[in-house]
Amino acid sequence: MSDTILVVVEQREGKLSRVSWETITAGQALAADTGWTLEAAVVGSGVAGFAGEVAGKKLAKVYAIESPKLEPYTPDAFAAALKQFLSSHPAKLVLMPHTYQVRDFIPKLATAMGRTAISDCIGYKKDGDKLLFTRQMFQGKLAADVSFTSDAPWFVTFQNGAYRADKVEAGASAAPVETVNVEIADGVVRNKPQEVFKEAKQAVDLTQAEIIVAVGRGIKEQKNIDIAKQLADALGGDLAASRPICDSGWLPMDRQIGSSGQTVAPKLYLALGISGAIQHIVGMKGARTIIAVNKDAEAPIFEIADFAVVGNLFDIVPPLIEEVKKAKAGT
Amino acid sequence: MKILVCMKQVPQKDAPLKLNESGTWIREDVSYEVNEPDAFALEESLRQKEKHGGEVVVITSGPARAQQVLREALAKGADRAIHLEDNAFVGLDAFNTARAFAAAIKDEQFDLIFTGLQSDDYGYAQTGVVLAELLGWPHATIIMHIEKNDAGIRVKRELEAGYFQYVDMPLPAVLTIQSGINKLRYATLIGIKQAKNKPLRKVTLAEVQSAIGANLQKIERLYVPQKTKNTEFLEGPPAEVAKKLVDKLRNEVRVL
Ligand SMILES: Cc1cc2nc3c(=O)[nH]c(=O)nc-3n(C[C@@H](O)[C@H](O)[C@H](O)COP(=O)(O)OP(=O)(O)OC[C@H]3O[C@@H](n4cnc5c(N)ncnc54)[C@H](O)[C@@H]3O)c2cc1C
Ligand SMILES: Cc1cc2nc3c(=O)[nH]c(=O)nc-3n(C[C@H](O)[C@H](O)[C@H](O)COP(=O)(O)OP(=O)(O)OC[C@H]3O[C@@H](n4cnc5c(N)ncnc54)[C@H](O)[C@@H]3O)c2cc1C
Repeated sequence: MSDTILVVVEQREGKLSRVSWETITAGQALAADTGWTLEAAVVGSGVAGFAGEVAGKKLAKVYAIESPKLEPYTPDAFAAALKQFLSSHPAKLVLMPHTYQVRDFIPKLATAMGRTAISDCIGYKKDGDKLLFTRQMFQGKLAADVSFTSDAPWFVTFQNGAYRADKVEAGASAAPVETVNVEIADGVVRNKPQEVFKEAKQAVDLTQAEIIVAVGRGIKEQKNIDIAKQLADALGGDLAASRPICDSGWLPMDRQIGSSGQTVAPKLYLALGISGAIQHIVGMKGARTIIAVNKDAEAPIFEIADFAVVGNLFDIVPPLIEEVKKAKAGT
Repeated sequence: MKILVCMKQVPQKDAPLKLNESGTWIREDVSYEVNEPDAFALEESLRQKEKHGGEVVVITSGPARAQQVLREALAKGADRAIHLEDNAFVGLDAFNTARAFAAAIKDEQFDLIFTGLQSDDYGYAQTGVVLAELLGWPHATIIMHIEKNDAGIRVKRELEAGYFQYVDMPLPAVLTIQSGINKLRYATLIGIKQAKNKPLRKVTLAEVQSAIGANLQKIERLYVPQKTKNTEFLEGPPAEVAKKLVDKLRNEVRVL
């Protein structure tokens, strides 16, 4: 029997997340490279429907791992369910998307099995017989190839956007779906989660904005935000920010761009003093043009910028405001 | 409440990084600072102590330089510190780091352990949850608010895209703290003075050696990532750069 790669997909609010499909794409690539069998699993209560949806893809089998105790999500129940499943369905490689939910339970699951997870990977390489998983380090300034030195199962999580959801291969015929009921004893689940909610209504919707001027910690002080505002006004655009700016209360939360804020896709995203951490980038990389001003030539934001200015934003922005005004005035 | 806060020393955010000879880590001759979310975790522990009484203990593992984060924490109000001091500690993966912490605190009784949600260098985002599992405690991650109640605590978890969720859980528990949960305080002069007399327990590698094992993962190679996008760098004095940018905005980006 060949080794197995298991992709554990994530569903929330009745939908499989896009990064789940991305992870299946990663699994299909790994399966092609290793010759291992690719299977998928959905974990929850009443998830057979999702399993059916996944089964349309090129996979050998799809499992619905079921227990009423899996709804609502808790790390205790998810770790227990997958540990039980993996003891009866051994896998060599277990892949999951690096979502908030997965990072909440996968370290527990791996530890409970005496294993480890290589987290937040952006790709993999095959070096002879060895699999290397690539992850960003030092906030994206460096990358590392990491290997497992432990026994299987090997747990890997993939970063949002690492693979393309639209590249998932469909299967020639639907993969068989099997429901596996797991037993989660009373007392295993210790946390009592309440309803998921959204903080006070968002007053600003940046998702439709055409031009966004975004400030990061390079702006240094709250009062300096004014020059970014002037630039945004001159361009006829909206002001946005990285998370630390909103955390400090310098701009309201609804102007935060990134994984815990808004996802935008303007024509122009002008980033001032933003380093380009992945949690920020996922919120703005869809912009048609990205211009970044940063004093650090090695800032990861330059990795995704179309136009880059290495320099002090306080030197660049004032003349830029003037030039934009001139251009708008048609002189 | 008796709270343990795990605080890691990491290279400063804007430190220029150079690879070490074996290409497995960076050269050590950089400036260091406390891992950002860990500073918020410390602040939260101090606030909880101010509300409910108890004790705040800070712990780090790393070489002698790492003591700096403990000193700063003591100056801000932590009561005592534990330093797992050895160069070898930094070479441990998160599983072993957590095992070393568990061994170092085996005679203590904490109600809560706080870690940052992830480190700014390796960014593994697992140490806290691994520690919880090793101790057999419940955990919750990416925490933005903590309130004690009769049954235990109610915490506010951050979820993706602006969603949140409250979770009720019993004590003892491990929480991983998100940056921005509170506003950081500065150390006072008095605090800095008092810190000198606060207890700092050193733990050697030998003391916890039996609790740790071989690493479960290995960094084969560290490198500067290859650029995938064609970035055009605009150079010159600011006034000239401003003109070039406007030219791009007008003729290529077409927003002017
Ligand atoms: C194979 C391998 C080799 C490595 N080699 C080196 C090396 O040569 N030099 C080096 O500096 N690092 C090295 N590291 C990094 C290693 O020390 C990690 O820091 C460790 O694995 C913990 O992971 P993390 O920092 O990503 O923690 P995360 O899980 O991201 O951290 C979460 C939280 O855990 C707590 N925490 C984690 N580590 C510590 C700590 N040491 N002290 C106090 N609190 C802590 C903090 O509260 C932190 O916010 C190596 C890692 C691996 C896997
Ligand atoms: C679970 C999780 C969720 C997160 N969600 C988000 C999110 O939704 N959005 C988000 O933005 N972040 C988020 N973060 C935080 C993210 O990891 C980064 O910490 C954050 O984006 C950094 O913000 P920054 O770039 O403004 O600050 P820094 O990383 O401190 O960067 C500041 C930059 O300014 C530059 N600079 C300094 N002075 C000047 C100057 N005078 N001129 C020009 N440049 C200058 C510096 O070189 C540096 O690159 C999240 C983190 C986690 C762990």
